[in-house]
Amino acid sequence: MAVNVFEDWLNACSGCEISILNIGDPLVDLLNHLNFVHITPLIDHKLFGQLGEKTEMDVPESVVSILSGGVRNDEQKHELQEIRKKTKILIALGTCACHGGIPAQANMFKNEEVFEKVFRQSPSTEPSPDPVDPSVPKWTPTCAALDEVVKVDISIPGCPPHPDWIVEAITALLEGKTAWSLPERSVCDTCPVIREKKSGGGPVKRWLQNMEFNPEEGIDKMRCFNEVGYLCQGPVTLAGCSGKAGVPRCVQARPPCRGCFGPIRKGAQPMVDMMGALSSVGLDAKSMLDRRAMLNRYIGAHGMLKVLPARPTK
Amino acid sequence: MSTVINLQPITRIEGHTKVAITLDDAGNVIDTKVHGQNLRGFEKFCEGRPVEEMPRIVCHICGICPWAHHLASSKATDGCFGVTPPPTAVKLRRLMQSIAYVSDKILHFYFLAAPDFVIGPDADYSVRNVVGIIKAAPDIAKQVVHMRHLGAQMLEGFAGRAIHPTFSVPGGVSKPMIETERQKMLGPAQELLEFSKFSMKFAKENVFPKYMDTIKSLGVIEVGYLGTVREDGALEFYDGKLRMMKSDGSYEDFSYDRYLDYIGESVLPWSYQKFPYAKKWGKLNLSLENPVGVYRTNCLARINVADKMATPLAQAEFEEFRAAFGRPAHYTLLYHYARLIELLQAAETVVQLLNDPEITGANIRAQVTAKAGRGVGCVEAPRGTLIHDYECDNEGLITKVNLIVGTTHNNAAMNLSVNQTAKTFIKEGKYDQGILNRVEMAIRAYDP
Repeated sequence: MAVNVFEDWLNACSGCEISILNIGDPLVDLLNHLNFVHITPLIDHKLFGQLGEKTEMDVPESVVSILSGGVRNDEQKHELQEIRKKTKILIALGTCACHGGIPAQANMFKNEEVFEKVFRQSPSTEPSPDPVDPSVPKWTPTCAALDEVVKVDISIPGCPPHPDWIVEAITALLEGKTAWSLPERSVCDTCPVIREKKSGGGPVKRWLQNMEFNPEEGIDKMRCFNEVGYLCQGPVTLAGCSGKAGVPRCVQARPPCRGCFGPIRKGAQPMVDMMGALSSVGLDAKSMLDRRAMLNRYIGAHGMLKVLPARPTK
Repeated sequence: MSTVINLQPITRIEGHTKVAITLDDAGNVIDTKVHGQNLRGFEKFCEGRPVEEMPRIVCHICGICPWAHHLASSKATDGCFGVTPPPTAVKLRRLMQSIAYVSDKILHFYFLAAPDFVIGPDADYSVRNVVGIIKAAPDIAKQVVHMRHLGAQMLEGFAGRAIHPTFSVPGGVSKPMIETERQKMLGPAQELLEFSKFSMKFAKENVFPKYMDTIKSLGVIEVGYLGTVREDGALEFYDGKLRMMKSDGSYEDFSYDRYLDYIGESVLPWSYQKFPYAKKWGKLNLSLENPVGVYRTNCLARINVADKMATPLAQAEFEEFRAAFGRPAHYTLLYHYARLIELLQAAETVVQLLNDPEITGANIRAQVTAKAGRGVGCVEAPRGTLIHDYECDNEGLITKVNLIVGTTHNNAAMNLSVNQTAKTFIKEGKYDQGILNRVEMAIRAYDP
């Protein structure tokens, strides 16, 4: 019998949903086992009645809920709380849902600063008051991960998560399991580059030049990014971006990792650990430009990125 | 007492939108609004970031068209640092963009739009979707799932990531294409081209003739158009000049860096999504009878502003389309037809570029030095003209970002099309799910 599934995107880009489609050919069979009671990109189910007649959000019951995106406004927060009440197993799909994702970079700024920029300080925009209509949901104080608002049962991180893990997690649930998680390994554990545990020293280089490599040769003939002097966040990032096999996705194209799967384990301090990793190969870690935003690029929820107090004026 | 119909969320689209339709005591439409409900603030939080990181940050604006943002951003960073990517790098960027276009258009036509036409606009919502298509036509559905994924596999196989890419960088790209990689892509490229031809034929035989009355009545508005053309006037996705056309077909061309002379954006209190308008035509007015400043982007706009297509099969379809619907073609549902003509051009371009000897060149990135500057990077995203405008300081850190994305250009027009559809179909309080779905079809045509 098919399992009732609720799927929706909150503060998301739809990349997680495209990753579901990237399951590819096996998707057609998988769909036979899933009965979507709601999935915004694919099915015309409405949350305020099929005739738009309801004034309160009506979330249907489900066994499994799959949610992408973090929480950015009151309505998303309310929807998430309603879903939690109506579902048995809640899955946070993707790094935004698990750690805030790229949109949580906004946590470095006050909400008023963001609105000031978007609606009054942009060169093509007629300076205007912030939209305040009741139909426009108010921003929450921060861009939050789902587990800052409700209990999350299963986390599938990744920006986007690899289809292999989506299939594995869903299959585990269909088999009656109630837990699933990625193994705690680092991207480096799955990366074949040559490592000698030392670099030429000096400052951390910016990504202004490509790596030196022979394109006819495999990645296993290329030197480690950190050891050449570039920032690569592989040492502090959870492995799995290329699925069950294969070279980390960014490395396949020869740029370094920026941490899109988030930290290797709960409670880790990727920023501190990364500074340590750079120092350990002899680089001047403190020379890194924009390091707070860089090392928390995908993980700005959970208070990892905050508004810094204004510098005292002289 | 007036009644408000609250359609939320708008489904089979990619954004966060709801529609409110207000009826008077007699049950007739007095107002409609398409509310853009989400805001993330990229323009602010990109400030302070190193310029070279931008293409891999802003691609996250959209998970469906990350390549469009990735490439518009790369072009803006080229501009900030004053570098010109080598010809091979430009060709590789174009190749990736064209493959992404093919996947995107298959996604929209079959997964998002087709249920309205293949299952039917009045069918129950529980079957009017891709799962319904899988049950009704399993062979076509399997092929569609396969073909959309094939493009993603080509992107991943070469550039590591199909979603949120990291391949394009200031001054070029991060790796060259070697001969074995090129050969590996030829077969799938041909497969996608054949499927594109099939899709065009399928729609011309089974969809468009059947729905001609609907095409002529649903969402119809007469407004202007914006799109990119090459120097010779051919429809272009990656680089060219912008052409802004009035509803009467007269037009003006301008370079990307002059966009501020032509495009303004209004903010209305009921939507986070701004309302771009053509500055030179007057102050934005959203009246259905006499709209001012409203223009459209995305495929129908590109087909209207272009003098011709850039590839032969697409050109033949373009000629047939223009002979049938004129220039500019205003019927909103013709977006679906225009989308398939573009699908052909994109698929033909993939094959052409893979057969270009320069595609396997070794010189793929110009020398890049961080310095102060400004760059306006523009490409045609599947959903319309995409503008990324960056400024940076001496260290090469971002100081200003302005973004106008494809669907935002269509905000005013979508509001007008929804208004027209609601007023046409909802009378004296009579409406049902099929009629409300038609209101959504007016939005879906724009593929927001």
